[in-house]
Amino acid sequence: MSTIETRGLTAHYGDFQALFGLDVTLRSGETTAIIGANGAGKSTFMKAITGLIKTAPDMIHIDGAPAGGRDAHTIISQGIAMVPEGRRLFPSLSVEENLLIGTHAKRSGPWSLDRVYDVFPVLKERRRLSGTSLSGGQQQMVAIGRALLSNPTTLLCDEISLGLAPVVIEELYRTIAELRSEGLSIVIVEQDVARAVRVADQVYCFMEGRVSLSGAAQDIALEDIRNAYFGI
Amino acid sequence: MTQPSYRIERATRSSTIGLAVLGLGLIGLLLLPLTGDRATMRLIVEIAYFLALAQMWNLLAGYAGLLSVGQHAFIGFGGYMLFALVAHAGFSPIYSLPIAGLLSGLISIPVAILMFRLSGPYFAIGTWVVAEVFKLAFFEVPALGGGSGMSLPLQAVRDIAPSAQGRELIIYISALAIAVASVVAVYALLRSRYGLALTAIRDSERASASVGVDTFRLKLGVFVAVAAFTGMIGALIFLQKLRISPVAAFDVMEWSAAIIFIVVIGGIGRIEGPFVGIAIFFLLRETTSDFGAWYLILLGLLAIAIMLFARQGIWGLIADRYRINVFPVERQVHLDDHRQRQASSTSLTPTSEKH
Repeated sequence: MSTIETRGLTAHYGDFQALFGLDVTLRSGETTAIIGANGAGKSTFMKAITGLIKTAPDMIHIDGAPAGGRDAHTIISQGIAMVPEGRRLFPSLSVEENLLIGTHAKRSGPWSLDRVYDVFPVLKERRRLSGTSLSGGQQQMVAIGRALLSNPTTLLCDEISLGLAPVVIEELYRTIAELRSEGLSIVIVEQDVARAVRVADQVYCFMEGRVSLSGAAQDIALEDIRNAYFGI
Repeated sequence: MTQPSYRIERATRSSTIGLAVLGLGLIGLLLLPLTGDRATMRLIVEIAYFLALAQMWNLLAGYAGLLSVGQHAFIGFGGYMLFALVAHAGFSPIYSLPIAGLLSGLISIPVAILMFRLSGPYFAIGTWVVAEVFKLAFFEVPALGGGSGMSLPLQAVRDIAPSAQGRELIIYISALAIAVASVVAVYALLRSRYGLALTAIRDSERASASVGVDTFRLKLGVFVAVAAFTGMIGALIFLQKLRISPVAAFDVMEWSAAIIFIVVIGGIGRIEGPFVGIAIFFLLRETTSDFGAWYLILLGLLAIAIMLFARQGIWGLIADRYRINVFPVERQVHLDDHRQRQASSTSLTPTSEKH
């Protein structure tokens, strides 16, 4: 189990500053929802946590130890895996190979190829097809399965419902809830505010690279979120 | 932990037939010296080292996504290291081949650290610049003949074998060995878990990093290994020629342009591609090179046509049309029906791999 903390997290794209001193705590075993409008810095935050954007060492702490600025593969080997926005499957690889690439983190744990196929049986049927030939929902399953095969303790899900049919979204969120019940820490970046708050233990609302609202999901009124979301 | 419950197979019918044909062809080539046809042997040596160079560049560009146009840096460097080892350190020419490769691998490490700061077209141009720097540097080394180059000392030539026929046989066998080793090495690498990661890097380096692939280390490893192999091939090339000069050793048209042409028209990102590319390149060269500039124009037009209309190369068209795969690197996983479903305690280590 990992508790991830950011302390005064900043991030830049060249001269453009995307994050302005974020203090966020992603508690072990909980589901955290990060919401906000487009350009609020949600995906940048996820990239910073997973090492895809370099930060100063003391801006990110994993279980109390500084972890900012580490390479992405090092972060994953510490048990933090991401399901990226847009799935980012590898077009040259089959479904199965896309899943197996997740084992490069070399972490031991409960997740195996068999178990991923148990959770997503449709992937087993289509394991020899190109990963990118699947429907959007099935591709999302591959992306989740690939992340799980690194045997993470924290799963970061960036916009997993984007562009998917409501029935598929329901299925994915059922799976997320099951993972949560097994003790996995989940972080969800989501545009669908109501859904995110429904599944979350705690909520952070970002606006223009800053935290505009945070707290336990049960204590936050949708009206407060709306105000924080739009900055009114 | 329960026992894992799947196995991985890769062999296909076409791969079995294809490898058998290649094996028979290799046996035929090994018997060729018995005919005493020295002109054909010299041609085969050239084909063999171009095949090895093309396999290396294919691994570098087609899999690791490192589009270098400066591989002639390591061809020339390897050649010069052979001459330096033989002429100034008294090494045997044949033993100097792997040492020249090793030294090329070592020099490629600082080159890689510098070049990996660049990407895309900047990386390509950067590698070309490095090759030019190598060439200019060897112009300034009088001990290696400076701008006019040097010949291999006569005694060293005799060390290879007392007779010209013996020397040609040794170089012929060495060239075949290097060509086979290049194909086997690339095939073995691509069938390993690193091959999967390399393919993923080719698709998207950023996405590969985000799923746990150590992209820098893997790319560095490939770059250094390819440089070492390329340097060893370069050493063999100039051992055959018995003479080296900066202009000949670091000639972009003679080496890198030809290698890129072979891989691109044959099929980049496929082990079979360089085989097809080699056949076309040498067929064109042997039949049209007397036409001077028109030969080069023809090569250029063919490369442009392939890039515009068949980006997977000629082998790509054939493989897709007839579903042929001589060197299958894709993993076909077979789940065992009787597997134990203790999902909470399975591991991902395969039970067996059928090769």
